[in-house]
Amino acid sequence: MCYLYVELQSVISIPPRLIHRGQASVYDTGCVMATPRADDWSWFPALALGVSFLKCILINAYHSTDFEVHRNWLAITHSLPVSKWYHENTSEWTLDYPPLFAWFEYSLSHVAQHFDKEMLVVQNLIYTSPATILFQRLSVIVTDIVFIYAVKECCRSVREEKGSKDLLGHPFFILAALLLWNFGLLIVDHIHFQYNGFLFGILLLSVARHLQGRHLEGALLFTVLLNLKHIYLYIAPAYGIFLLRSYCFTKDNTDGSVRWSSFSPVRLVALGSIVISVGALSFGPFIAMGQLPQVLSRLFPFKRGLCHAYWAPNVWALYNMVDKALSVIWCRPRGARGFLRCLVVCALGSFMFGWHVHEKAILMAILPFSILAVESREDAGIFLMLTTTGHYSLFPLLFTAAELPIKVLLMLLFTLYSFTSLKKLFRGSLLNPLETTYLLGLVAVEILCEVVYPLSPWQHTLPFVPLLVTSVYCSLGVSYSFIRLYVSLLRQHGTDKHKQL
Amino acid sequence: MENWSLVSICVLFGLTARWAVSLNSYSGAGKPPMFGDYEAQRHWQEVTYNLPVHEWYFNTTDNNLNYWGLDYPPLTAYHSLLCAHLINPDWVELHASRGHESYGHKLFMRATVLVADLLIYIPAVVLYSFYLSEGSNKKKVFLCILLYPGLILIDYGHFQYNSISLGLALWGVVVLGLGWDVLGSLAFVLSLNYKQMELYHSLPFFCYLLGKCFKQGLAGRGLFLLVKIAVTVLVTFALCWLPFLSDPGQILQVVHRLFPVGRGLFEDKVANTWCSLNVLIKIKTILSTDTQLYFSLTTTLLAILPSSIKLLMKPTLWQFKLALVNSSLAFFLFSFQVHEKSILLPALPVCLLLNDLPLPAIWFLQASTFSMLPLFLKDGLLVPYVVTSLAFLFFSIYLLSAFEHCSEDKLRLGPYRRLLICIVRRYGYLSNCINKDHFYFSITAMAGLSFMSVALAPPDQLPDLFPLLVSVFSYLHFLGLLLYFNIVQIAEPLQSVRKNQKKSN
Repeated sequence: MCYLYVELQSVISIPPRLIHRGQASVYDTGCVMATPRADDWSWFPALALGVSFLKCILINAYHSTDFEVHRNWLAITHSLPVSKWYHENTSEWTLDYPPLFAWFEYSLSHVAQHFDKEMLVVQNLIYTSPATILFQRLSVIVTDIVFIYAVKECCRSVREEKGSKDLLGHPFFILAALLLWNFGLLIVDHIHFQYNGFLFGILLLSVARHLQGRHLEGALLFTVLLNLKHIYLYIAPAYGIFLLRSYCFTKDNTDGSVRWSSFSPVRLVALGSIVISVGALSFGPFIAMGQLPQVLSRLFPFKRGLCHAYWAPNVWALYNMVDKALSVIWCRPRGARGFLRCLVVCALGSFMFGWHVHEKAILMAILPFSILAVESREDAGIFLMLTTTGHYSLFPLLFTAAELPIKVLLMLLFTLYSFTSLKKLFRGSLLNPLETTYLLGLVAVEILCEVVYPLSPWQHTLPFVPLLVTSVYCSLGVSYSFIRLYVSLLRQHGTDKHKQL
Repeated sequence: MENWSLVSICVLFGLTARWAVSLNSYSGAGKPPMFGDYEAQRHWQEVTYNLPVHEWYFNTTDNNLNYWGLDYPPLTAYHSLLCAHLINPDWVELHASRGHESYGHKLFMRATVLVADLLIYIPAVVLYSFYLSEGSNKKKVFLCILLYPGLILIDYGHFQYNSISLGLALWGVVVLGLGWDVLGSLAFVLSLNYKQMELYHSLPFFCYLLGKCFKQGLAGRGLFLLVKIAVTVLVTFALCWLPFLSDPGQILQVVHRLFPVGRGLFEDKVANTWCSLNVLIKIKTILSTDTQLYFSLTTTLLAILPSSIKLLMKPTLWQFKLALVNSSLAFFLFSFQVHEKSILLPALPVCLLLNDLPLPAIWFLQASTFSMLPLFLKDGLLVPYVVTSLAFLFFSIYLLSAFEHCSEDKLRLGPYRRLLICIVRRYGYLSNCINKDHFYFSITAMAGLSFMSVALAPPDQLPDLFPLLVSVFSYLHFLGLLLYFNIVQIAEPLQSVRKNQKKSN
């Protein structure tokens, strides 16, 4: 037991013994394995437990209607037979996630009945007994264990530079802190109420597996994720093209272009069978009952009269992503890291151009991007811009006065940490003065929206103005980050072409 | 990472934890007619805002002393007046605002606690951790002190302003530690004028300063210092009590309100000697009130005598910290009319010992939080109690490597270990009491008792069974740790020959 409580001092003075293998095969893994000693990871449970305690203390904070949504789904999956799950509409919050998530809620409901049976009654709309709140909050905190495990796997895949640093300066420590203590995830999951930690855990684990070269596991995890929440369809093109190009074609020509003869049908069949079997597990029962159209209509709500306006940007966004993914990953694959960059661009692109996108979707870009941010100076600069503006754009989600100090304090905590740690890691300023001024402007926007405007006479006549100002201001930062990311993606592509000549 | 950024991160984290606790319920929420401490504070704002100064402490038609009459010294009253000026007058309207509870009001009240904490207590902790604690653990000690659950739960949960009085007392310690005696005594007098319970700390302050005067020689500089301190104390007292100085009747009435000797040896269940003794012998009924008073006075004085004399003879910072612990703990265990919240008074100086004696300090701090469990349950603060206790335990043990400092040398029992073995053969392993296994056992027992208090209903004949078990269990811990801290303080030789060795610990 004492071994767990090793003094931080001894951890800090570990001599440099990290293995720095050259890139063995860019097309296999595209990464270098950093191998810290097993007993040097005592800080990781400390970080994970610390943030878990913080989550626990937020149990009695404000929660949004998403709380009732999930309570309703617990009730539906527990009290009704499977055939009624996608038809039930007593509550306005009908089941609109894929079947695997419904099975997840079903398994949760078996634990829920020991806390408060009344929450599982479908007719008990907006039921919020203390036991219900405790159970739901704890379920998010406990399922975050998937996220914690995924973060550990990502940290193990991070590139390490030579030279001894103190623990707080190691990239894997910074990555762990940036992911585990991510402000957006904390307030969306543990105050607003959602299960993003669990889902993003699966996404990050899948990414980690690809970085480690275990592509089949990565594919399996991503298929499971798709069947849990279909919003990840936006990044499916990146996965699809990457796996096809880098996994199914086992070798490349010396110039990097595809060697058609190296196509491996075995691998393609393996991938295909994974996708089909997971899909069968998830949708199978509903296909058997002939309910597939009903399920699909819930997943992709088709509003009459608005179909063109509603769907066109979605389709266009998907097409756009496929096109980009194709050009980058197919022509000049850069291994798993290139795939990760493409994934982030896809996610951010879908946030920028997709329809009916929720502000929470910014997390789909921010979280995977953290891995790249601790490895490259330029990425760190873009990361700071994206993360600060993206996180600030989540502020309107918590509009209650009691939660204002919490969101301000946590935002300051995360922003201060990300700036100081990345600045120390890359030795020097990462943002130019214009960017810094823009970010400082966020403080002014916050004071305007939360303090000045509510006291002004326009608060009653034009109450949407603070939201508008926040969205518009943040969109500048997010768009700027997207453009820079896009340019960096193309520049890498261009560099390769240049190398060819 | 630079110091300032790590300190800021720790402060932000501490503030977040505090505000998150404040989202929970408070004392007396929704419980008319008397409500609780929250209503008491609001009522004091009402009284001080609407009534003239000479009526604040008196029973009049407008001011019914039976309904949360002011029973803290004038600085609390001035603070309440200041808060009352900052808010919606409806919330402090005379009589009409009684029992007022609303979302906005709760936010305001919680905000006043946070502001006071940020302005007074937290800067004192920063200064202490970085200027007066030794070793390389400064930031870790800082975080651990910030995370002490007892203060967070009482101030931000139950609702009180202990961070002001404890903060001012801590300022006193820090400033004295830096060598500015006059300013230090000023800070402490202010603290005393905020809450009269700070008298628990007054004897160590007195002995330390007097000891310093003696050391500097009473014929010359020592006398000058003594005079300076005395003048500062008197002037500060006069300034704080200025509105009441015009009429001796006023002063008497205030003193009468501050020290209600008519209320008996103890109220409710508290983890001190008299309440625990009452289980076996009903002393409350056997002895008259006056006898109880003299009995408790005598035992208290006897308990604090060794520590005070040692401090007088050797006025160093280390002795001062230990004396603060010993004096306030002795007062807590033996004094008259002690409330369970008064455990915060010994808890503050024990926080200052986290760096030097991690395991006993953590043990005491955890026991102090546990001793207030019945109060937390009454206030609906079970979840914050569990989370903050576990978080504190985990962080302090991990960051301070508490289990690696259990050796006899580190526990500083010195030559007394052998003496104890000779005198008390049966309990000769006393020095080995403070080790990992006993600690785990104790924590498990606390967890078990906490669980039972929540989950099980007490038998009908013994409705107070669980609060009583909690009190007695905590009392045994406090008594044992009082003995331990006294031994540590007395065991230190008068002439510190191996000063460097001690400093390196």
